[in-house]
Amino acid sequence: MNILDMTAVSLGAAIKNKEVTVLEATEAVLAQIEAKESEYHCYVTVDREGALAAAERIQKKIDAGELTGPLAGVPVAIKDNMCTEGMLTTCSSKILGNFVPTFSSEAVLNLQKAGAVILGKTNMDEFAMGSTTETSAFGVTKNPRNPEHVPGGSSGGSAAAVAAQECFYALGSDTGGSIRQPASYCGVVGLKPTYGTVSRYGLIAYGSSLDQIGPLCKDVTDCATIMEIIATHDPKDSTSVQRDDTDFTGALVDDVKGMKIGIPRDYFGEGLDPEVKEAVLAAAKVLEAKGAIVEEFDLSLVEYAIPTYYTIAAAEASSNLERFDGIKYGYRTEEYEGLHNMYKKSRSEGFGPEVKRRIMLGSFVLSSGYYDAYYLKALRVKALIKKAFDEAFAKYDVILGPVAPTTAPKLGASLSDPIKMYLSDIYTISVNLAGLPGLSIPCGMDSKGLPIGLQMIGDCFNEKKLIRAAFAYEQARGAFGKKEDE
Amino acid sequence: MAKQYETVIGLEVHVELATKTKIFCGCSTEFGGEPNTHTCPVCTGMPGSLPVLNKQVLEYAVAVGLATNCTITQYCKFDRKNYFYPDNPQNYQISQLYLPICRDGKVEIETENGKKFVGIHEIHMEEDAGKLIHDEWEDCSLVDYNRSGVPLIEIVSEPDMRSAEEVIAYLEKLRMTIQYLGASDCKLQEGSMRADVNLSIREVGAKEFGTRTEMKNLNSFKAIARAIEGETERQIDLLESGQKVVQETRRWDDNKGESYAMRSKEDAQDYRYFPDPDLVPIVLDDAFLEEIRKRQPEFREEKMLRYKEEFDIPEYDIEIITGSKHMADIFEATVALGSQPKKVSNWLMVETLRLLKENNMDPEDIRFSPENLAKLIALTDGKAINSSVAKEVFEVMFEQDIDPEKYVEEKGLKTVNDEGALRKTIEEIVAANPQSVEDYHNGKERAIGFLVGQTMKAMKGKADPGLVNQILKELL
Amino acid sequence: MANIISDETIEYVGILAKLELSDEEKEQAKKDMGSMLDYIDKLSELDTEGVEPMSHVFPVKNVFREDVVTNGDTREQILKNAPGQKDGMFVVPRTFE
Repeated sequence: MNILDMTAVSLGAAIKNKEVTVLEATEAVLAQIEAKESEYHCYVTVDREGALAAAERIQKKIDAGELTGPLAGVPVAIKDNMCTEGMLTTCSSKILGNFVPTFSSEAVLNLQKAGAVILGKTNMDEFAMGSTTETSAFGVTKNPRNPEHVPGGSSGGSAAAVAAQECFYALGSDTGGSIRQPASYCGVVGLKPTYGTVSRYGLIAYGSSLDQIGPLCKDVTDCATIMEIIATHDPKDSTSVQRDDTDFTGALVDDVKGMKIGIPRDYFGEGLDPEVKEAVLAAAKVLEAKGAIVEEFDLSLVEYAIPTYYTIAAAEASSNLERFDGIKYGYRTEEYEGLHNMYKKSRSEGFGPEVKRRIMLGSFVLSSGYYDAYYLKALRVKALIKKAFDEAFAKYDVILGPVAPTTAPKLGASLSDPIKMYLSDIYTISVNLAGLPGLSIPCGMDSKGLPIGLQMIGDCFNEKKLIRAAFAYEQARGAFGKKEDE
Repeated sequence: MAKQYETVIGLEVHVELATKTKIFCGCSTEFGGEPNTHTCPVCTGMPGSLPVLNKQVLEYAVAVGLATNCTITQYCKFDRKNYFYPDNPQNYQISQLYLPICRDGKVEIETENGKKFVGIHEIHMEEDAGKLIHDEWEDCSLVDYNRSGVPLIEIVSEPDMRSAEEVIAYLEKLRMTIQYLGASDCKLQEGSMRADVNLSIREVGAKEFGTRTEMKNLNSFKAIARAIEGETERQIDLLESGQKVVQETRRWDDNKGESYAMRSKEDAQDYRYFPDPDLVPIVLDDAFLEEIRKRQPEFREEKMLRYKEEFDIPEYDIEIITGSKHMADIFEATVALGSQPKKVSNWLMVETLRLLKENNMDPEDIRFSPENLAKLIALTDGKAINSSVAKEVFEVMFEQDIDPEKYVEEKGLKTVNDEGALRKTIEEIVAANPQSVEDYHNGKERAIGFLVGQTMKAMKGKADPGLVNQILKELL
Repeated sequence: MANIISDETIEYVGILAKLELSDEEKEQAKKDMGSMLDYIDKLSELDTEGVEPMSHVFPVKNVFREDVVTNGDTREQILKNAPGQKDGMFVVPRTFE
């Protein structure tokens, strides 16, 4: 079997069984990066030397029996908004174009402890603000399924790198759909865990109350395995939750008998592409055939999720991004007159248009006289949305629907109208508002050959139900996403 | 002048808490480190860093709230106060606006006009800013984040004060209370206690408040008194000349004795407060509050009453000693070691106060231990050393907290009680000073003083002066 | 468009956010912010009377650290990315008048 075709778990097993060395795997994937990067541009930074050195180091530890985990020696790509000690971390922004962190994010440290080989940092929408990876200051990433289309975003580089076999798995972050939507567009599996499950320490914040790190990978088994490594309680993150149910691989069971699955009618209305609709409903039938009880219901409030989200996320972002001021790190303008001019010029030159747009909006909704009408109102609607989900989960184990209304749009088609771009997050955003886990798994192709994603949403701390349902679906579906020409 | 004005004053007092570490990270709060050596990603606003609350900060804040009769907010949160300035590394300060930890308190103050209550609107927890140093050489400023993230509480009073005297009585009261709690050393000069004065004037009898200004940069009680006087006059002048007081923040320049407005065009004063999503709510149950309440120390008023009952020392001494928790602790510990209260009090009231004044120190800076003071008192009680030697030893003890027993032993300062040796020395002195002996016999009583002095000198101060006198008189 | 954003508002928000927009960017920002606010105004359709604003989704509370020094001197690292440094400090444009 070609090394690059292996899933992360199967490669880990092959390394353990001495069928493949860590160096071979790393070299194979670096060769793939070299061959494909000029076309797809998944990475901002590729750390060739670092990866090769890590490969040798990790191989020794595996040989010495010091590293025995399922992903020891498997090369991984990290979204460029997670700090990596000694490695450029840019958030795909000019303002952090030269920033080299002095510490690594907790999720990355957890992967390193488990023997991961860090290949580099993947491209993203600037500061994770976007749904196409086109707002990156370092060029767009293309969808490996069809390079005329976007990979989705904001974790577009991570999703594309997995789809292009430029890594075996990747970490992304999801604030409003930024893992699930690119996973859907690129035909890979992505999971946004319950808020607080993966430490945010070292993740450069966009919307702190919504951000969550999660895996992008080739299948559900990889997904569960990665989750077991990165889901840890971290005393450095006050919002980190102590969980004792993180044995996610235990949920890799091909059995959904009696599982109650709710299909929100509101997710299948206007704006949903008929091909997407058909594929998602067909997936529901598959689960029903395996013994799940599938029912339609009204979730409600779906159309309020996006305005709620943009108010909260923009407000938090406007504050989170204040620290980029040209003093402690990052970009400082060349010429300036005095302090405030230095701030304004550094920030105006350092941030791209979408980031500025959200900072302006966020500053406005928090400003004197508008706080109650906009910000507090959004927090109240958030409470209602949470309540709607609570009611749904009183009845269902899993909510099933599309990830996005369409498959991947063409490059350049979304940016002109921000609200149109924001609408692509309509099915994913409320999951972040309610802190829920959401999983994206490929469930078909449209007539253009672009992948369609199926979203499964669980109640808080119920990732295992998602993993079980997704695993069962995946067993029935069979292999996905091999392009005919490969 | 026809109109009579009244000054209305409210205070915002910032107090640096005496924790070992900063409010949201494990960096030391110690003073005097090289610039930026007490910093980490959290207190320098590095991307990806996150705050975690120091529990001691919460405990101190609750203790101060209970001591000032506040209602403790049992569900409280932190908010972000957004403004750009280089001493503020995140460009937002983590503070509390919507649900501060303490509300609705009061303290009693006493001035020449009698007793009154000053209301406390709220107390909130927040982080301190870094320090900016101006570099004249290169015409730029330099930022040191060692103080960034040092925990503060801000105590906001009601506009209940009417004079500088009341303001100072209020500040003294707060300082005393907080020092007794051990929550801060509250030193105005060093900035561990800072007061911003909100001041407005109105005609006597008016119900409405006038427009207020906020005065910053007040580093001593004297500066506060002068600033209140200056700002009152400035506002009266404005009103008398038909102008209006503008609500603004002003910086007091104590050298010039005047203030100036701090506003600039780039200063919108719109802080866009919102709950900090990186921190979780603090929920305090009754048991926690009870625990803090149980740990509250005996405060000054109670202590004064008890001292009057227990110790036979002057009321004035009680007032001075209890004026500093540290001094009161030394007093009580020394008495507990068996020293006579009156003697302990004397050492504190006379020699200690003298040395503090000479060295420009506060009672909080006293370094000698109760054990050593007790030993010194025992040495004098047993006549092992005389009082002038004791004072010498005390001065050394005051500086270095030496063990007086060992010190006296090592330096050979013990009083010589060997009468034979002493008599021999005195005989020599008498023989060598015939003029003085003659003067004495001629009725000049003073002459004996000279001979005592000569003897003490010969004995290097270690003789018991009573015994010297007695022997001298015999010999003469 | 229901929300009309004035030049003054854009100027004011620019001061708050420390962003300096070109005239062209300002016009675009006025348009974008107006349409975003129109969109957000949709929330006013919902009756939220008596609903508590929800900032945290979970009842996670009382997360503290003990008052123990855990960090040493890492000045070199803290200053590593600074655009300007001198004498162990960050250099900024003069802040005193």
